[in-house]
Amino acid sequence: MSFAIEAENLVKVFKGGVRAVDGISLSVEAGTVFGLLGPNGAGKTTAVRILTTVVLPDSGKASVLGHDVVKDSEAVRANIGLAGQFAAVDENLTGLENLRMIGQLTRLGRKRAIQRANELLEMFELTEASRRIAKTYSGGMRRRLDLAAALLHSPPVLFLDEPTTGLDPYSRQSLWNVIEQLVQDGTTVLLTTQYLEEADRLARLLAVVDRGKVIAEGTPSELKARLGSTVIDLEMGDEGQAEAIGRLLGEKTGKNPRVTGLKVELPLERGPAQVRELLELMENADLMPRHLDLREPSLDDVFLSLTGHAAEVTGEVAK
Amino acid sequence: MTIAVGREEVIAQKGIGRFISDMLVIAERNLIALVRIPQSLFFSSVQPIMFVLLFRYVFGGAINVPGHSYVDFLMPGIFVQTVAFGSIGTAIGLAEDMQKGFIERFRSLPMARSAVLAGRTTADLVRNVGVLILITIVGMLVGFRIHTNALAFIGGMGLILLFAYGLSWGFSIIGLIAPNTETAQVMSFPLLFPLTFASSAFVPVQSMPGWLQSFANNQPISILVDAMRALSNGGPTAGYVVKSLIWSVVILAVLAPYAARRFRRSY
Ligand SMILES: Nc1ncnc2c1ncn2[C@@H]1O[C@H](COP(=O)(O)OP(=O)(O)OP(=O)(O)O)[C@@H](O)[C@H]1O
Ligand SMILES: [Mg+2]
Repeated sequence: MSFAIEAENLVKVFKGGVRAVDGISLSVEAGTVFGLLGPNGAGKTTAVRILTTVVLPDSGKASVLGHDVVKDSEAVRANIGLAGQFAAVDENLTGLENLRMIGQLTRLGRKRAIQRANELLEMFELTEASRRIAKTYSGGMRRRLDLAAALLHSPPVLFLDEPTTGLDPYSRQSLWNVIEQLVQDGTTVLLTTQYLEEADRLARLLAVVDRGKVIAEGTPSELKARLGSTVIDLEMGDEGQAEAIGRLLGEKTGKNPRVTGLKVELPLERGPAQVRELLELMENADLMPRHLDLREPSLDDVFLSLTGHAAEVTGEVAK
Repeated sequence: MTIAVGREEVIAQKGIGRFISDMLVIAERNLIALVRIPQSLFFSSVQPIMFVLLFRYVFGGAINVPGHSYVDFLMPGIFVQTVAFGSIGTAIGLAEDMQKGFIERFRSLPMARSAVLAGRTTADLVRNVGVLILITIVGMLVGFRIHTNALAFIGGMGLILLFAYGLSWGFSIIGLIAPNTETAQVMSFPLLFPLTFASSAFVPVQSMPGWLQSFANNQPISILVDAMRALSNGGPTAGYVVKSLIWSVVILAVLAPYAARRFRRSY
């Protein structure tokens, strides 16, 4: 098996002692999508920056298509495209000028750069706006322009840092289609996301990152299976009841329900089938909820179950 | 939706050829921005014109200078002050690129990394040529005359451009250090104010208190102004010109490599 991206024990410590990346290892098979999933401050962007040769790691090793990101960074850069978390669009240039410039800097030559720019503007539905300065673009348009810039030289390896954050559902869909198409053509994609749904749809393998470490790895279905495919949300009459039901459900399922105020959340291993069982249990204990909801697990739920702490809290601690 | 299959043919460019080509691309980008941002166009052209008018018509009457008229004394000072203040633009522009994630993108491209700074300082050099021509014309309109010859005058302008080029590299360091554009601006002014105003640019140094004279007489801006003044108004030039050349070369030789190193290591 050939890996397009490999990382071994990467560490990056910032001034002030923040261990942004704290021993991350991963392997991405060529021609697949690999997802890095994690909350704010988990270290996703820093990991991407190391792999794209933007920052140097403090220790550890990484390579892209066999080229070391530190010793052979030139070769890495020739083979990658990066769309960073915050769209790097020059507001004073038109869309076309933006792409032409990046195209020239990725060594396409001016003529070819303009051709490619027009192709990509068309693909991202920006043709009409291509001669307007980017200052007048909406957030979603900037995002799309930024993604187009990463594709100019059709790089075999693509890094997308939260590519769909800030896109409307339609643009998100069409970007997903683009990524799927690119992968079909043999491109390897590493993407970071905070959305389980996105990871689920696109990624063959996922690594869940928290506080600079990979805390779980597997296919989306493996990860979800660990969690249970459904989450039940209960709202109780008072806080005492909420705590009581939390204890009861915890004993019964062996899981750790999250109790916040009147609310109780619990992932269900066996999905909706388990609901009747729990309802009976609640009825017998005379602890019926005021309100009940079933939903898909969220990133928060994955986090709770994997780390025992909620995603938002992680962000705080990491700061 | 269709996507081009297959990889792009890229031009195998290395070394100096790639550096120059990338430098020109970056310089072009910065010059386009210069023309399109009204503030930066104002900052680099209207402001110096206002200084000419201010000193020529408001303060000028109260300032006694030896030799020619005040406007002939003033213009060499304005030329130097203009390019010196212009170098703040280098700091601000670079700080903005850092802040907006532009530098990050550049760092991920197969380009010559050194071209990012070289392109910006080149654009600033081109801007300075344009601004100096503009200010010369404005000066002529308000009575400025060259008392030597065109060649000496152009040589003096060359001296100013070389100094400004070194200064651009120096201020790019501030752009790399400052966390945002506001800080870049705040950091730049305290450096430039004493250098441009405690100098021979607007008033004769002899009119300053003694302790200030020793600073004002020996700092690079005064030396450059004196060189330009001699080249434009006449008088002995060699001493000032050589000293000014030395200053410019030293500034460039020290600050450009330092800025480049700082850029490579700033992550
Ligand atoms: N240049 C820097 N200097 C100091 N600390 C930094 C720097 N960049 C990132 N950090 C810190 O490193 C940690 C990881 O940041 P990173 O941006 O990699 O997280 P992330 O997973 O991408 O988060 P988000 O989802 O918010 O984008 C955070 O605590 C952040 O504050
Ligand atoms: Mg991030």
